Amino acid sequence: MNTQARIPAVELPSDFRSRAHQALGDAQLRGNFRKAMDSLMAKRASAFADADEREQLRALGNAIRARALSKLPQLLEQLETNLTRQGVQVHWAETVEQANAIVLNIAQAHQAKRVVKGKSMVSEEMEMNDFLAARGLECLEADMGEFIVQLDHEKPSHIIVPAIHKNARQVAALFQQRLAVEYTEDVDQLIQIGRRVLRQKFFEADIGVSGVNFAVAETGTLLLVENEGNGRMVTSVPKVHIAVTGIEKVVENLRDVVPLLSLLTRSALGIPITTYVNMISSPRKPHEQDGPEEVHLVLLDNGRSQAFADGELRQTLNCIRCGACMNHCPVYTRVGGHTYGEVYPGPIGKIITPHLVGLAKVPDHPSASSLCGACGEVCPVKIPIPALLRRLREENVKAPDTPHPVMRGQGSKYSRKERLLWNAWARLNSSPALYRAFLRLATRLRGLTPGNVGPWSQNHSAPKPAPRSLHERAREHFATRGNRP
Amino acid sequence: MSARDNILAKLRHSLQGTTPLADHYDEALVTEPWTYATSERLARLKTLMEAVHTEVHVTQAATWPALLTELLAQRSISSLLVAPGSEHGQQLAAYLGEGPSLQLKAYDRPVEQWKQELFDNTPASLTSTLGAIAATGSLVLWPTREEPRLMSLVPPLHVALLKASQVYDNFYSVQRQQGWASGMPTNALLISGPSKTADIEQVLAYGAHGPKDLIVLIVEDQ
Repeated sequence: MNTQARIPAVELPSDFRSRAHQALGDAQLRGNFRKAMDSLMAKRASAFADADEREQLRALGNAIRARALSKLPQLLEQLETNLTRQGVQVHWAETVEQANAIVLNIAQAHQAKRVVKGKSMVSEEMEMNDFLAARGLECLEADMGEFIVQLDHEKPSHIIVPAIHKNARQVAALFQQRLAVEYTEDVDQLIQIGRRVLRQKFFEADIGVSGVNFAVAETGTLLLVENEGNGRMVTSVPKVHIAVTGIEKVVENLRDVVPLLSLLTRSALGIPITTYVNMISSPRKPHEQDGPEEVHLVLLDNGRSQAFADGELRQTLNCIRCGACMNHCPVYTRVGGHTYGEVYPGPIGKIITPHLVGLAKVPDHPSASSLCGACGEVCPVKIPIPALLRRLREENVKAPDTPHPVMRGQGSKYSRKERLLWNAWARLNSSPALYRAFLRLATRLRGLTPGNVGPWSQNHSAPKPAPRSLHERAREHFATRGNRP
Repeated sequence: MSARDNILAKLRHSLQGTTPLADHYDEALVTEPWTYATSERLARLKTLMEAVHTEVHVTQAATWPALLTELLAQRSISSLLVAPGSEHGQQLAAYLGEGPSLQLKAYDRPVEQWKQELFDNTPASLTSTLGAIAATGSLVLWPTREEPRLMSLVPPLHVALLKASQVYDNFYSVQRQQGWASGMPTNALLISGPSKTADIEQVLAYGAHGPKDLIVLIVEDQ
């Protein structure tokens, strides 16, 4: 299956601008996203019919996440103590390499051959599928969307609806080719095909891998939400369950999940709750008839402690991965998730990815935004995404020798020429004498301004100074008409 | 230093000179908008669950076995997974008597010993519930030795018994009244309908990986 060409066979260019350009020219892709995002926005709006309740709940969600982060090390230790006492094995990983090694060690200890995975964005960070495949283990995605994406050797284009870039026709062709089934565009039938294939995989799997939506320190509980039942399958059927999650996912108390859960499902899909809320606190106990005999939790840092170190950037870690920011983002809707080229697309991707992979690897991320503010307005935990984007833009143009760097790869867009120009511009505007001289020059030499000023003139006429400045005209006006209001 | 020590040291260093934020949990906000009069509570639960393709029947303590048998017969289902030692299991067995119409199966051994049969030859299950949540239209289940986790997941049809007196207003009130914070079971579940997905073009399809159908029998007990 690895040797087959992708459907459609589109290879993505290596940089953001080229990918964006290609996506913008793809009418089918734009149509798929537009339709899906419009529907998700409408659903969210109807799920939060009472604006007062919505705003109070967002404030509470923000307060709960901020409180958890304000005592994160204690809560992580409390979570570890409780889980360990209940029989869950807790592992810590600073990097994705360490996290993958932990998973591989567990798999090898059980001579595992087959891994089946519920939806987990952290496992995407780890590129666990490829890592395990290279070591002879089959690692199959069990979420329908992830299954489709994996079948086509792609990456998810949305964190909640991973295959949203594909329409039913494309899925039908994919299933026909890869699963040797009869062509059908009927969504019910397509889902039943997926169900049949994956049931066998749940049955056979040696290990189940899942993510975690909330890890409750107070009770030592891993909470997972999902609609399909694949999350319950992977955490209940195989003999070993490995949960992978970021260190920021911990909350203090069980009651804290009540508002967060409501915010999550209403913001993500506009539903009051997901079909399943699955709370796991221990492996199978001696008298129980099913459930995994071993449960492992892998806590992954992967750059999160860097975001944590800065009081402002720390707010990035409030995120509960609902995807509302991308659903409402005019840029995401037009360029789609693959353009971002990383695990997390859209506004949240633009503020979290620089911490995970370094700003130098995603230099265009902070500026791929119109700063319209929609993401910040809908964020259920009130992450000030536009403010953080502006902050990252600043970090991105800092001189390389700036002391106390706050992030890996900062200053990747620093240009000495640009810095000199901006410094000159600042002096020009802060000295009255210089400013007046500049105005005189600009108005008198207006005939010399260029007609083409780069990307701006693609859709706008080039700016041209007026024949006389406002200062001059005001002076004339008051000289002739006196100083009357 | 281990990865654990490194991570915790970095986090602690970043928090130097700060104090943990106080807990200003707004209990009213997660309860008041989600509190219902007794007469509304059941209706809301029913409406929400039916909106996600759950079949809900209000029935009586004495008559639910007859209703259940009829519903299964309509679907041509001839065997049912049920906990034989439970009160409802015994009531159902007594109702059925020696009749051959419905075969009752028990989940009385570890899954490894009958996994194939569970996956391939178990069309329906009946479980009890710990109650339900009116705010979100959810059933509350804490699987046990008698009614294990896969019982409400693997069979294509899941039938849940719910006592009308055990419908709670919201998730917060369930947690508090049932004392969840003082000790969680191996697995606790909220189930709100049969399994579903909208992963292809946002088109909702039921019967993804879990049950294709969920029937809730609300037993009036007051």
